[in-house]
Amino acid sequence: MAQKQVTDQPSVQELIAKSSNKKQKQLVEKLIPIILFIIASISVLTTIGIVLTLIVETIIFFKDIPVLSFLFGTEWYPFANKEPAFGILPLIAGTLKVTIIAVIVAVPFGIGSAIFLSEYASDTTRRIIKPILEVLAGIPTIVYGFFALTFVTPLLQQFIPDLKIFNALSPGIVVGIMILPMIASLSEDAMSSVPNSIREGALAMGSTKLEVALKVVVPAALSGIVASVVLAISRAIGETMIVSLAGGSTPKFDFDVTGSIQTMTAYIVQVSSGDAGYGTTIYYSIYSVGFTLFLFTLVMNLIAHAISKKYREEY
Amino acid sequence: MVQSLEKGSNTLNGASNIVYNTKQLNLWYGNHHALKDINLQIKENEVTAIIGPSGCGKSTYIKTLNRMVELVPTVKTSGQILYRERNIFDTDYGVEELRTKVGMVFQKPNPFPKSIYDNIAYGPRIHGIKNKKILDQIVEKSLRGAAIWDEVKDRLQTNAYSLSGGQQQRICIARCLAIEPDVILMDEPTSALDPISTLKVEELIQELKADYSIIIVTHNMQQAARISDKTAFFLNGEVVEFDNTDVIFSTPEDKRTEDYISGRFG
Repeated sequence: MAQKQVTDQPSVQELIAKSSNKKQKQLVEKLIPIILFIIASISVLTTIGIVLTLIVETIIFFKDIPVLSFLFGTEWYPFANKEPAFGILPLIAGTLKVTIIAVIVAVPFGIGSAIFLSEYASDTTRRIIKPILEVLAGIPTIVYGFFALTFVTPLLQQFIPDLKIFNALSPGIVVGIMILPMIASLSEDAMSSVPNSIREGALAMGSTKLEVALKVVVPAALSGIVASVVLAISRAIGETMIVSLAGGSTPKFDFDVTGSIQTMTAYIVQVSSGDAGYGTTIYYSIYSVGFTLFLFTLVMNLIAHAISKKYREEY
Repeated sequence: MVQSLEKGSNTLNGASNIVYNTKQLNLWYGNHHALKDINLQIKENEVTAIIGPSGCGKSTYIKTLNRMVELVPTVKTSGQILYRERNIFDTDYGVEELRTKVGMVFQKPNPFPKSIYDNIAYGPRIHGIKNKKILDQIVEKSLRGAAIWDEVKDRLQTNAYSLSGGQQQRICIARCLAIEPDVILMDEPTSALDPISTLKVEELIQELKADYSIIIVTHNMQQAARISDKTAFFLNGEVVEFDNTDVIFSTPEDKRTEDYISGRFG
């Protein structure tokens, strides 16, 4: 109200009117969306480029090898001199063995840790444990690979004498340990975002802590929990170093977890680091395997997306 | 009507119809002394209103009655609260047992993110009732009891969060009724509701009085006057006055009660 009119300083509005950066601002405002669009396009285009490369090279592969014998063949002997066989089922079996073992290890421990951290742990405990879990997620996978080969396998051999040096069990367990923090951390986020008022409502009905956790909080956070599991599964499917080091390189179409296996990723590593000549069927086969792998993880991600959309409990 | 004032701790009226007998209750949040020497007797099948300005300890007191206050880690208490003549702070008194007898309705409606049916069936289920037919009956009875059956009977399987705030609050009351508690604690149950929903909840409280003892915290003095039989006025963690509601609102003994009632502060 009572403005001083003694000084001959111009009012703030006058200063604003005089200021010269208006045009500059307008220009920046026009340019920024364009620049950001280009940046966003680059990542999308890169993805499209990768998928296109995969598809093109896969099509070349299928000129040599019929699609059906690739999809349903139970033998994978690409390096055989006389009659090489390119049936992908043994590689898929290897990948599935490792993934299933990993899930069996990671889901109960991951969700258990999440329930502990979100419902039982004190603030101090949570502040200490959660960063440790997240560090676990940052360990390079090659370290996990050596851990599987030089520690877990010998340990397991104490209990399972038949276990080969290269097997599915040991890398499966270690991949499980690797994806565990991801499940624990993401599930914990989902559970701790369930409002406290809902917990109080359940406690006031005479629920025990466990009943609150299992019957109220977990169902309320289910979409987040399931999405974390599915994302972790797609990590396990794509895992490469651990299975290359500790899984062996014997593609077999069976249910045995004690013997040497080969996963899709390990096969790609084997060929890439070997001396398969450019343009050979073996060279193109890594694209077809890569494309199959891509389909697997794509489907898992789509499932995760659909689940978190469908089961979103509103609160 | 002319009952002797019940400020003392003498239990002349026979212990049987006293639900809660609070004796020398003190409560601290860390160093903050939130409840000071509370002595209150709450009777069966009455509505007891607790009024007072913000921060006077009324919510703390009601949350102490079912020991929900202990969710705050720094809480310390001394004194006794006898629920049906048993001290709720006894080490062998399980909180789950107490809370099965004493239901609670919160300030903000807090249904579970489940279907309406599962919300109501939650309590009976965790306490071991599995028979589908019995559960169906409990759900219907509780929803009728909370005067919301007609509004939701055709969509029991929809998520409770699809309802309006007032409906959600009545779902929470129904959820509470489903285990047929002895006492219902209500912590400002209408403060988040519109006037029409408030009226419905108030009418409901009047009906529930026949079967339950109700203790209600309210900011709204007209509400206390309308629905309660007894009123306790809290100030700075102390009970200033506790008497029949009509006495409190017409001829309060304490000057501070009168000032608060007439809107001079708070």
